[in-house]
Amino acid sequence: MKQVSRHSVFRMLGAAVVASVMALPAWAQPAGGSPTLDAIRARGTLVCGVNSGLAGFAQPDSRGEWRGFDVDYCRAVAIALFNDPSKVRFVPTTAQNRFTALQSGEVDMLARNTTWTLSRDTSLGFDFPAISFFDGQGFMVKASLGVNTARELDGASICVQPGTTTEQNLTEWARAARVTFTPVVIERLEEVVGAFVAGRCDAFTTDVSGLAAVRSAQANPAAYTILPDVISKEPLGPLVRHGDQAFADLVRWTHFGLVAAEEFGITAANVQQMTANDARPEVQRMLGKTGDLGKMLGVDPAWLARIIASTGNYGEIFARHLTPIGIQRGPNALWTTPGGQQYAPPFR
Amino acid sequence: MSDITVNTPLTSGSEHRAAPISAIGPVAWLRENLFSGWLSTAVTLVLGYLIIRAVMGFVDWAFINAIWSVPLNANGVAQTQACRELHGSGACWAVVTEKHRFMLFGTYPYEQHWRPAVVCLLFIGLFIVSAMRRFWNWTLIPIWMVTLTAIGMLMWGGVFGLPFVQQERWGGLPITLILSTFGLAFAFPLSILVALGRRSNLPAIKVLCVVYVELIRGVPLISLLFMASVMFPLFLPEGMNIDKLLRAQIAIILFAGAYLAEVVRAGLQSLPKGQYEAADAMGLSYWQKTGFIILPQALRMVIPPLVNTFIGFFKDTSLVLIIGIFDLLTAGKTAIVEPAWQGFGVEVYIFVGLIYLVFCFAMSKYSQGLEADLNRHRRR
Repeated sequence: MKQVSRHSVFRMLGAAVVASVMALPAWAQPAGGSPTLDAIRARGTLVCGVNSGLAGFAQPDSRGEWRGFDVDYCRAVAIALFNDPSKVRFVPTTAQNRFTALQSGEVDMLARNTTWTLSRDTSLGFDFPAISFFDGQGFMVKASLGVNTARELDGASICVQPGTTTEQNLTEWARAARVTFTPVVIERLEEVVGAFVAGRCDAFTTDVSGLAAVRSAQANPAAYTILPDVISKEPLGPLVRHGDQAFADLVRWTHFGLVAAEEFGITAANVQQMTANDARPEVQRMLGKTGDLGKMLGVDPAWLARIIASTGNYGEIFARHLTPIGIQRGPNALWTTPGGQQYAPPFR
Repeated sequence: MSDITVNTPLTSGSEHRAAPISAIGPVAWLRENLFSGWLSTAVTLVLGYLIIRAVMGFVDWAFINAIWSVPLNANGVAQTQACRELHGSGACWAVVTEKHRFMLFGTYPYEQHWRPAVVCLLFIGLFIVSAMRRFWNWTLIPIWMVTLTAIGMLMWGGVFGLPFVQQERWGGLPITLILSTFGLAFAFPLSILVALGRRSNLPAIKVLCVVYVELIRGVPLISLLFMASVMFPLFLPEGMNIDKLLRAQIAIILFAGAYLAEVVRAGLQSLPKGQYEAADAMGLSYWQKTGFIILPQALRMVIPPLVNTFIGFFKDTSLVLIIGIFDLLTAGKTAIVEPAWQGFGVEVYIFVGLIYLVFCFAMSKYSQGLEADLNRHRRR
């Protein structure tokens, strides 16, 4: 007993030394095979890193069950793998420890409203399989201020939270647009909103989805206007460790499956009936009636049908979590509607 | 032999005088302290008015105008319009009614909430038993071991038909109690060793202890938690994960140990040198001297700063919010993330604050009693 534990301590120390001295990333994988999928199957559950509390995207409800847009993505992947939405463990992560949690293998994937950027994709060692939500930084002002575009904010005081890219985007935009402003920097969301509502600043800036959520929570939402200007691109999506293509493919096609299901009108309510009756070849391939798309992904042929039966399609997930907090479809509408950008490659 | 009988008047011949102006009792106290002059009277009246206004305002807000529950709609979303229409004139305790189980137990499976509830009671029982002097002997060790095993079995489950619950689903009050109890229970013995080591004559041990204390005290707790949470996992081989809670727990133990060590060292240094010399003269070994002569006196001396540090650390455990652990305060903050409940932070913070107050006040009162009890020989 003692022998074993001492042995493992030495092994641990040795591995730590090797990892740090040779700068060998702990997540480096040999080509071929999927260690992540193997580990998930051996464990019997998917471990998914989520936000520790963000309205609409991931938050525990009064009973302590995780709910939200990102949470449903985790559940969808779990259903694809295990045919069981409960075979997933949610690890709440903060903005500071989310990347380490993924790098060190504490979580298998992150679905945590994380912006896809070049540096995160390359030097941090991640892959962003899909963009589940197109977001961007915007401004909200009181309607009584009479401001219609962001450029009219010259000389205004703007409430902003520190730390994330929000503050940086604001400064870069202001310099480019030759707008001078006074930043009012407040850490906590609730306090910065309180300051804005109390009139300590003329405008409040954060991602448009966040602005919509804040606006809908006010006693009189009509008293606030979200300006049309969007000053940054914030494509949010799930991310996985770089180098495990099989798992990345599964996460990517889970997202595409949800989007394509909305495009073809497959919903949680009618998925059974469409599997049985719909004659369109692509629908038959998606739902596993013909072809072996599931096998190519390494999952059950009926994987997508089960996901849709449980979580609904992309539009249903959106309507369940994001529409109630006042977020419009906007750029997240299907590509078939004007301004929509959600697009899925063909299932064949 | 005296001729003074019971009925003999003591002051014969003088008249009855009026009773003196009362110098004791509440009326006299009021006259002395609050209404001793016109300025004092004015200040008393103004302050009294302000206090009564504030108390009445609070009672109005917290009780008379308060809303205690709101209906849920078909989707289970709370209808908080009634609360919002108060515009701050009354408390919306409905947020506590709706969310109290989440705040107390976090994301622990709802049907199993009785388990963390029992764990909290076990912790409180453990504190009470440990505080009673009649248990201050070897029986305390098995009591702690049995209780902690029971707590572990209840929280994790997986035995006796209890479903297994992963650590990341733990939350709320049990997390706060676990972090602070284990933190202080391990940090205290560690701190005594470090304090003794720092006063040791052996240079290697002394340097080691000084370096430990100064290194840990030189960085904020938040950066230690970051190290434990963010950097440490990167040094482990893939697939090997030390529990997030355990990592935070070790960081807290190391941090509390360094601070407590300095408190204990203050006690050691306050003892007169004669105590050490007398013990040496009696031929006691180092450990006998330390255990029987030095520590009992030194620790008794530093009870107030020790409890001060204890209370501080009980509250400092809430810093684990930065690494995504739902302790009591974080669970409270997360409860008001939901849009329906945004803006009712005051009610939630009062609820959480009351729980902290109960624990910290109990610690404070107990230490006062203990101090008076143990230092009885010094009282004059």
